[in-house]
Amino acid sequence: MVTSDFEYLAPSTVAEASRLLSKYRGEAKLLAGGHSLIPLMKLRLAEPKYLIDISQVKGLSGIKDERSAIAIGAATTYAEIESSALIRRRFPILAEAAGQIADLQVRNRGTIGGSLAHADPAGDMPAVVLALGAELVALTARGTRTISVDRLNVDLLTTSLRPSEVLTTIRIPNLPARTGAAYKKFENKASHYAVVGVAAVVTMGAGGVCTGARIAVTGAGPKPVRAKRTERILIGKELTPSVIRRAASRAGAEIGDRFNDDIHASSEYRAHLTAVMAERAITEAAARAK
Amino acid sequence: MSYLVTVRVNGVEHTAHIEARLLLVNFLRDVLDLTGTHVGCDTSSCGACTVLVNGQAVKSCTVFAVQANGADVTTVEGLAKDGKFHPVQQAFWDEHGLQCGFCTPGMIMTTVALLKKNPSPTESEIRSGIRGTLCRCTGYNNIVKAVQAAAASGRMP
Amino acid sequence: MTMVGINESVKRREDPRLISGQGKYVDDIRLPGLLHLSLVRSPHAHARIKRIDVSRAAKHPGVVAVFTGADLQEQLGSLPAGWVVPDLKQPKHPPLAVDKVRYVGDAVAAVVADDPYIAADAARLVRVTYEALPGIVDAEKATKRGAPILHEGKADQGGAPNNVAFDWEVNGGDYAAARKKAEVVVKERIINQRLIPNAMEPRGVVAQYEPASGQLTMWTSTQIPHLLRLLFALVTGHPEHKLRVIAPDDGGAFGSKLYIYAEEVITGIIAKHIGRPVKWIEGRQENYLATTHGRDHITDVEICGDKDGTITGISCSVHANLGAYLSTFAPLIPTILFGIMLVGVYKLSNIQCKVRGAFTNTTPVDAYRGAGRPEATYLVERMVDRFADAVGRDPVFVRRKNMIPAFKNGREVATGVKYDSGDYKKALAMALDMVDYRQFKAEQRAARKEGRLLGIGFSTYIEICGMAPSAVAASLGAGAGLWESSLVRVHPTGKVTVFTGTSPHGQGHYTSMSQIVSSQLGIPMEDVEVVHGDTSAQQFGTGTFGSRSVVVGGSALYMSLQKVKNKARKIAAHQMGVPEKQVEFASGRFVVEDVPDKSMSFPDVALQAYHAKNLPRGMEPGLEAVSFFDPENFTWPFGCHVAIVEIDPATGEVKLKRYVAVDDVGKVINPMIVDGMVHGGVAQGVGQALVEQAVYSPDGQLLSGSMMDYAVPTAEMFPVFETARTETPSPTNPLGVKGAGETGTIAASPAVINAVVDALSHLGVTHVDMPATSEKIWRTIQDAKSRRRNGRKR
Repeated sequence: MVTSDFEYLAPSTVAEASRLLSKYRGEAKLLAGGHSLIPLMKLRLAEPKYLIDISQVKGLSGIKDERSAIAIGAATTYAEIESSALIRRRFPILAEAAGQIADLQVRNRGTIGGSLAHADPAGDMPAVVLALGAELVALTARGTRTISVDRLNVDLLTTSLRPSEVLTTIRIPNLPARTGAAYKKFENKASHYAVVGVAAVVTMGAGGVCTGARIAVTGAGPKPVRAKRTERILIGKELTPSVIRRAASRAGAEIGDRFNDDIHASSEYRAHLTAVMAERAITEAAARAK
Repeated sequence: MSYLVTVRVNGVEHTAHIEARLLLVNFLRDVLDLTGTHVGCDTSSCGACTVLVNGQAVKSCTVFAVQANGADVTTVEGLAKDGKFHPVQQAFWDEHGLQCGFCTPGMIMTTVALLKKNPSPTESEIRSGIRGTLCRCTGYNNIVKAVQAAAASGRMP
Repeated sequence: MTMVGINESVKRREDPRLISGQGKYVDDIRLPGLLHLSLVRSPHAHARIKRIDVSRAAKHPGVVAVFTGADLQEQLGSLPAGWVVPDLKQPKHPPLAVDKVRYVGDAVAAVVADDPYIAADAARLVRVTYEALPGIVDAEKATKRGAPILHEGKADQGGAPNNVAFDWEVNGGDYAAARKKAEVVVKERIINQRLIPNAMEPRGVVAQYEPASGQLTMWTSTQIPHLLRLLFALVTGHPEHKLRVIAPDDGGAFGSKLYIYAEEVITGIIAKHIGRPVKWIEGRQENYLATTHGRDHITDVEICGDKDGTITGISCSVHANLGAYLSTFAPLIPTILFGIMLVGVYKLSNIQCKVRGAFTNTTPVDAYRGAGRPEATYLVERMVDRFADAVGRDPVFVRRKNMIPAFKNGREVATGVKYDSGDYKKALAMALDMVDYRQFKAEQRAARKEGRLLGIGFSTYIEICGMAPSAVAASLGAGAGLWESSLVRVHPTGKVTVFTGTSPHGQGHYTSMSQIVSSQLGIPMEDVEVVHGDTSAQQFGTGTFGSRSVVVGGSALYMSLQKVKNKARKIAAHQMGVPEKQVEFASGRFVVEDVPDKSMSFPDVALQAYHAKNLPRGMEPGLEAVSFFDPENFTWPFGCHVAIVEIDPATGEVKLKRYVAVDDVGKVINPMIVDGMVHGGVAQGVGQALVEQAVYSPDGQLLSGSMMDYAVPTAEMFPVFETARTETPSPTNPLGVKGAGETGTIAASPAVINAVVDALSHLGVTHVDMPATSEKIWRTIQDAKSRRRNGRKR
């Protein structure tokens, strides 16, 4: 299978990449690891006339300690995230989730920014980043814009990134004390994407009561979503198994009747898995929060 | 449009004019005639095309050759040194880690990368480490043994 | 220098090439002036072709030619069935569709260009206007009144009324009477789902034509170079002696490269037409559409017997999906290779089996590893468990109670065939030992108390292998002989080249056959070369399938070696001046009895045979022999496989925890290779049991159309397999071997599903169809629980 032909552009700065994006508006795509885009191009579901390779752009990859946060360059690969000592220390959930993506080879090419911008409904990173409450920095020729991850995912394969914006940084703010996080994924046996994945970030107060929770679900519906109903049930309570189970059972509430239904799982089964994965993720996050 | 790329493959520098859409695997197979790297799927699933790019295992069917401009690529043909098999090759032979041999180059390259990251993996780390490379002949039983044998050989570079 | 015998785990001789990237698969063939062919395939499951406009494609820069079915109709001919069961409907199968397409993937046009990328681009420029017709994908529904008809017309005009290709049956004893007398009858509807073989190397063809000589050479990924040459000649009229078929290294097949395919004919004929070499390489998604699928049975089955656990009969009615056209061996797989296996290893004397083969708007279905035998074994072994459950007995007890006792030299069973040799209880006993059944049952009880779901499943299987007796096969519909041939050529220096008619694709024939030579002639393996898969090199051959290569081909080799040895002995005796009967052959030397220092080495004799200065009177010079071996019976490997699974009660996910395989494949040439084949076969059987399935939409779109949607098992799915063997030699061939290529696939799927059902049996679950996906098991658990709740309410 071969892609259609295109012109290959390799800018060396983000500004130049953004300028090319606006110049070839609608006809150009950014190419980072290419592991979402190239398969689509082979199927000719995407036929960009211009590919703007941002892998050589300086400053787009790497993990920086900003003390109150860590900043992950958009072109940082899953493999780099998985093996980063900094991330393992500060946000082990990110490393754990990165290690569950696809396979060793794909993780060497696939990037966190690519995953977020592509917005595959079954991607792992979007849910984890959403649960961690990240901030996204996007750059255009006119300047930078900071986007809350809560506003990133608009719909199936659609984000709020504007056509000429280049996602540059994923900034993950430090978590409060006594916070635990976990990602549980029920995997598609063929593609290794999430049939359903749930990321849970849970903060426990000094009195043994949950004071904060961000739960994000991927794979279940058209886009990753926060399970806010679940979060509300958790907050203010002691996280006993029955509380967790009750909260988890509402993890699909925000997806409503938009559960995906395909040959891998019916919508009914996905709804069930959402509750099961949520229960497992919250339980583990709560255990780690102590 | 044609692009001039220079890629170092198995220690030898190659320069060629290529189309932007030429996949790295086709560059290796059809431009350089290194047919040890195989194509088994269209979807980055099977791993038969796995090679090392700058030391990292990648699926060369999902990389354009232009992206590898300036890179250092190792294929299965570049593993043996001084007429001796690489310990991973040797282990696959010793442990009967292959049957039809089609996935083998990709499986061997995956193993080389896996053992570089994790020199003494557990059985379960091996199984998840090679899950991006599919074999239909062996049930992976002897592939796992081969990876273990290579790890234990004490010969890994 | 390695002198090796039989039953030695010698490292494979093919491997140094394959591990260093020096293998030569079809896509690795390079020829000057090579053109590349890309096929335009139907996106419709069923449609009339109204118009094909190739003008844009033909004008595309780099395109050399574009052909439609109408352009080449005469030359391409029609692909025939190679196995004809009684009253088989044989509709035309043009390699390039002419007026109608019958499945998604049916080829309609061929584009030839300088470069494969350009060929692919140009194929997208061919405009085909279709008139879509309703399609049908379910074999049972296809034969119902009102279903869309694939092959129109009356049966004698090439049509297939009601989409029925054949109705076939086999009966033994008197099932109706047995059922009437039976205390217990258990019924089930069992689906054996459609599978996609997924050899890691997709198919490919390179064809080169030399107009001056009229010679056509084809490199193709095939298991049957000689049969392919014959079929190609019959289909296209190209003279057989002007066609050379070469099977280079082959990246796996599992039955899927066992036929004459449309692309082989198309590529060959177009190369001939253009006068330049042409290459076609299948992509994986194309492979999912264009390469045969396997299995796909809908079966109503019933088993009967008495409360004490005695099974008296089994009956089944099958709808076998054949796809849109008859693939080469399609009529054989769901009939003979299925029906005659319904006795299993049991003293079952009453059998009734009806099979209806149906055309549907799907990819053609043919042999996939095991081919008919997995379907039969699955039915029998599943129903034995159902029966055991119905009579409240342990499945091991029921198996043992009904097993045929050990025998060494033939035993006829109810389906009319004669098993060669067997000791079924011994294999079962060994497996029970390995798995520690009693210990497991205790663990299972304890686990259930904690809410964990553990299960164990058995499969005491038998299979028919060593595809041979030609006369028997011919009486059952075979269109070609199934014997095998070998030529042993001893060179003057005593080195040996073996020419075998088998054609391996991963089985390690180079090694196994070298071992046979080494063991017989006492020369090192390194002194043996094995040449296979080239019609210009070998006498005729049948190829590699049905676990036949060592059984039939290895035996043919053994026979040639005896002829060589006998002639060499005569020469040695003559030259040493002693009577032949005083010459012994040991460790590669001809030694005069009781005169140990009077001897000649095998190479010395070989040199004398060619020098020919002092040969026995009337003896021809040279030292080579050819043999054609056609055994009197098939072989019947058997064994006992045991699976242990754990099910996650919350998600329904099944995890294979342990797998024990005890096989009896008769004598073994290379245990390492046999173990390897068992591992691979088991993995495929487990794959079918747990994750693999080809899914079509009701209108014929393949929904599991790529490796992103069809789960080819990964290393993570399996534990370390525990293998062992019993050895009951087959009396049907000189090596005593039975064949080992398919045992795992045949045994594994019932073992795993029996384990899954066992894990859920306390919930009242008695059957689960394959694949036991997480969702299916979750639903099964939900349904069982709600049945229990409702039951309690009542």
